[in-house]
Amino acid sequence: MKTLQRLAILVRPFQGQMIAAALMLLSLTAIDMVFPAIIRQVIDVGFGQGQTQFMLVAAGIIMGLGFLKWIINFGYRYTSEWLSHHIAFDLRNDLYNHIQRLPFTYHDYTASGQLISRVIEDVRSMQNFTGNGIFELSRTIILMIGILIILFFTQPLLAAIALVPMIPLVWLNTSFGRRIGKMFLAVDQSLGELSERLQENVNGVQVVRAFAREKYEVDRFRDSNRKLYYNQIKVVKEMARTMPTSTLLIGISTMLILWFGGQMALNGQISLGELVAFNSYVLLLSGPAQQLSWLINAAGESSAGLERTFEVLDKKPEIRSPESSISLPDLRGEVTFENVSFRYRYEKDHALHDINLTVHPNQVIALVGPTGSGKTSLMNLIPRFYDVTAGAVKVDGVDVRQLDLKTLRSQIGIVLQTSLLFSATIAENIAYGHPTASMDEIIAAAKAAQAHDFITEQPKGYQTVVGERGITLSGGQRQRVAIARALLLNPRILILDDSTSSVDTQTEHLIQEALKTLMQGRTTFVIAQRLTTVHRADVILVLDQGRIAQQGTHDELLQQPGLYREIYDLQLRDQERFQQTMAALQKEKVTSAAAKGGKIA
Amino acid sequence: MTSVTTVKPTFSQITPPQMDDLPYKEYDPEVAAKLLEFIHPYRGRIWGSVFYMALSSLAGVAGPYLIEQAIDQGIAKNSVDALRTAVLLFMFTQIVQWFFNYIRTNVMAEVGQSIIFDIRISIFERLQQLSLSFFSRYSVGRITSRMMNDVGVLRDFATWTLLAVARDVFTLGGIIVTMLIMNPRLSLLSFAVLPVMTVITFLFRKYARDNYRRARMAMSWVNSVLAENINGVRVVQSFSREDTNYSYFRDVVNFYNLTANMIAARLSSLFFPSVDYLGTIAVALVIYVGGAALLGEKLEPGVLVAFVLYIGRFFDPIRDLSMRYNEFMSCMASGERILSLITAPVEVRDAPDAAILPRITGQVDFDHVDFHYSDDPTPILQDVDLHIAAGETVAFVGKTGAGKTTTIKLLARFHDTTAGRILIDGYDIAKVTQFSLRSQMGIVLQDPFLFAGTVRDNIRFGRLDANDAEVEAAAKAVGADEFIGRLRMGYETPVEEGGVVLSVGQRQLISFARALLADPRILILDEATSSIDTQTENIIQIALERLLKGRTSFVIAHRLSTIVNADRIVVVSDGRVVEQGKHQELLAKGGMYAQLYSMRFEEEPV
Repeated sequence: MKTLQRLAILVRPFQGQMIAAALMLLSLTAIDMVFPAIIRQVIDVGFGQGQTQFMLVAAGIIMGLGFLKWIINFGYRYTSEWLSHHIAFDLRNDLYNHIQRLPFTYHDYTASGQLISRVIEDVRSMQNFTGNGIFELSRTIILMIGILIILFFTQPLLAAIALVPMIPLVWLNTSFGRRIGKMFLAVDQSLGELSERLQENVNGVQVVRAFAREKYEVDRFRDSNRKLYYNQIKVVKEMARTMPTSTLLIGISTMLILWFGGQMALNGQISLGELVAFNSYVLLLSGPAQQLSWLINAAGESSAGLERTFEVLDKKPEIRSPESSISLPDLRGEVTFENVSFRYRYEKDHALHDINLTVHPNQVIALVGPTGSGKTSLMNLIPRFYDVTAGAVKVDGVDVRQLDLKTLRSQIGIVLQTSLLFSATIAENIAYGHPTASMDEIIAAAKAAQAHDFITEQPKGYQTVVGERGITLSGGQRQRVAIARALLLNPRILILDDSTSSVDTQTEHLIQEALKTLMQGRTTFVIAQRLTTVHRADVILVLDQGRIAQQGTHDELLQQPGLYREIYDLQLRDQERFQQTMAALQKEKVTSAAAKGGKIA
Repeated sequence: MTSVTTVKPTFSQITPPQMDDLPYKEYDPEVAAKLLEFIHPYRGRIWGSVFYMALSSLAGVAGPYLIEQAIDQGIAKNSVDALRTAVLLFMFTQIVQWFFNYIRTNVMAEVGQSIIFDIRISIFERLQQLSLSFFSRYSVGRITSRMMNDVGVLRDFATWTLLAVARDVFTLGGIIVTMLIMNPRLSLLSFAVLPVMTVITFLFRKYARDNYRRARMAMSWVNSVLAENINGVRVVQSFSREDTNYSYFRDVVNFYNLTANMIAARLSSLFFPSVDYLGTIAVALVIYVGGAALLGEKLEPGVLVAFVLYIGRFFDPIRDLSMRYNEFMSCMASGERILSLITAPVEVRDAPDAAILPRITGQVDFDHVDFHYSDDPTPILQDVDLHIAAGETVAFVGKTGAGKTTTIKLLARFHDTTAGRILIDGYDIAKVTQFSLRSQMGIVLQDPFLFAGTVRDNIRFGRLDANDAEVEAAAKAVGADEFIGRLRMGYETPVEEGGVVLSVGQRQLISFARALLADPRILILDEATSSIDTQTENIIQIALERLLKGRTSFVIAHRLSTIVNADRIVVVSDGRVVEQGKHQELLAKGGMYAQLYSMRFEEEPV
């Protein structure tokens, strides 16, 4: 019932249209019920009493009523479509806007693929129902009641006889509706399974080929395919059992009317016109009798979808600007962590324990530590993607929870390891955080990010569409576009991840150059994997199990035993050792030549 | 996500992106002929179904005629016998209709589904043979859409549309003939509305097709924009784009969808009531003319009743047929797309007289190998000449696009060389079966791919007949058993879809175990570059040593330790081998190898 109330709120702006549609629907039903009565008069008065004149009148009435029906029907159909599309339009807008404002915590625990398909599916089933279903259902019920009244009022005995087959008809279709729902579900599941099989096979094509497992894969696919086959056959067989039988039951009804009604007509208990009209009414009834269960099913499905939709809409965007927020449009860039502890909502253990740290404007902080040590969690607290569990994160001395979110975030630039770009032109992607940027600004940012050259090599330069519907950029190219995107914001605080996966040496070099430009004159937090980065840092923060284990410069930290030295030995020393080898070999000239020419292997 | 709009655009100002391939295609005899091949094995049953359909349709058509008989011969003439006969015959036709419909639906269900079953298998089998370059052109999404959506269109066509057309034709023919027999003049009179009907239907079809197509495209645009925003929600929030994105969605994308759908709705709202009205006009005409005996003959009441019933049924097949034409065209379009998959050329096939490669020792010779893609004459590899002894570890070094990956792909015969040969133990790999070649080869990819299934299944993929103990031994040998032991259900823990999320390092260890279980003579390894946490990195280095030992190994190397320890480093540049030798030799030489690495670790002043 709650869902119904919510639905009522949703349709309230369209009250006028709802009422209009309902009135038109009532008129349509009334007209439908008048036609058999006219035919009856035609037969009884026109034929029976030989009144030719009456035929002309009847034909005229039929034409007139038909015309009226035509107009109303058009109005009704259009209005109901209008309603369903407008309600869906509003609902989609609400969902879109709401979901994008839900906090990271929500998205962390919601599979995005499922969320997307649910939103799409649920809105669609809701739309089908509000558009057609709800009116069809009312029409069906009104029509059924109206016809039953007419039938029993005119010929109770014949009505009782003729309606006998209607009982199994309703029962048959109801149980069909119930069973077929489950069968469609099974079909959907096996379709999903088949599609997964296929996608997995295509995604893993190299592994399949590498291990010569083609035949094994075909066998597995054949199994899923067969399962789907049987499930689909079941559906069609169920239809084969139900649909012709429905037609047969309606036929039996007509037969009963003909036989018993015919005898009544012979005895003069009923006029021929009445008999024909009677049969027309029964035929008019058979459609709704078959549809009823479908419509009720659809109603159930749609209300379940609506419930899920409202569930999403009811999730609160917990992280938003407070009522009387402080706006700091010109950050200096000081960041303070005061006794910060943080735990992800559904986790048992804290991700961060009691972090205390003050970062002065323009300092570069390198974060080092094993996976899961809390580096990313710490960074995510600064733009307030999550709220601390205890303590406070302050920017320029103000708790981020008191700041205006938009002003805060627009001054923080973020470059992550996997750089997500949107289906839009490269220029639009670079201007993502600053949509009104001029083309000159965009190009300047791209140049600083070492991206200008490869962008101009693209078929349409800056206007080349990338992403799902455009060309695919390599990982290194995407990362440089992401760097340009962050640069264009000209952020006071910068958060980045310097690990560059799957790029060749030259790209790596370009990215490092770009990052260097990016870090200048800003407070920078960087998850460091590179020796150059840790050397560049003012402070290295070594995190371990959510605590700051060590803190200092590279040289200081190397002096003391601890995690930093371990990491250094395993990951960084290779890099250092190589530098020393190179120095010994005195190949500086080669180095500079390579950096300039870029024509390396 | 597109540029910011300050002013709300109007419908005509919005251009949605091209969402998908053409949904309709005119009749194409070639496509039709190829599709018929799939139907061919079932033609007997299909003709049978058409026959059943004819019987049940004609039985259905007889209904109103028998009602007329009951009224005019029975009731009007006071004859109980005639009434009984008509009623019994009516019952008989109803049962005939029921019986043949039941059988026909069952038969066609099986036939339709079997055809689709065959088509799916054909696509999938072809996918197993297509070269990897095919997969780089065809995204997973497109392939999935062929298999699911396009095959679905064909399924509906084969299961329902074909027979619906048969039913429509039989019903229409039957009704026309019966009406003409019952009363030729009145029949012609009711057919008078037909030309109007045809024109309306034609016009509707013409406009509806484009409008519905636009509405459908608009809907998928909405969905894709919605999906993208949810997928990228973290970036959206990072850049505070919520307001901009919302107004774009509301005023452009969703608005476009609303308008496109309303235009389509207006058309159908007009069409269906109009057809309905035409039927009413026909009935009024019959009553007016027939009832008033304007044509000089008196209408029997039963004939009137039958005509009213026939006119009601008369329009359905016509309306239905016009809809079917659109279905037919979308079936053509889907059929063409499916055929383009099934008939995609297989680039690498077993030679007709391909030998089975016997158990090898692992000596590999690249004999002046050239390579370019079939659709692009730009040379990828030129004159690669390498001679590698059994058991050697070879590290390939060079920048992206230099040809490292292509070289090892040629060795696994994912592509055929365009010139030169690759020999393993003296056998030309183009002359042995792909199965016997690859089953002696292990390949570990950069981003290790795991299948949905348990950890154990994924390791066993390396050798399907391995028993549990062997699987665990392989995991232990690469040091993966420790983290597997810590998983919720150990080796039985599901991974990927609905399972645990493993780190890249852990996935790598599993793929190492998989390769080790296969125990290949030749190992191809594309080392991952992404950073792995300290502990796992340590294990991986040990695992690598163990994996490479005692087999010929080709490594696209990123770790310094791997490169330094290699028996031979091969430096590839612009598709050519420019240097080869050991680490120290190459450094001393001061050539490309030295340049490459000086740059990688170059120190810049802060």
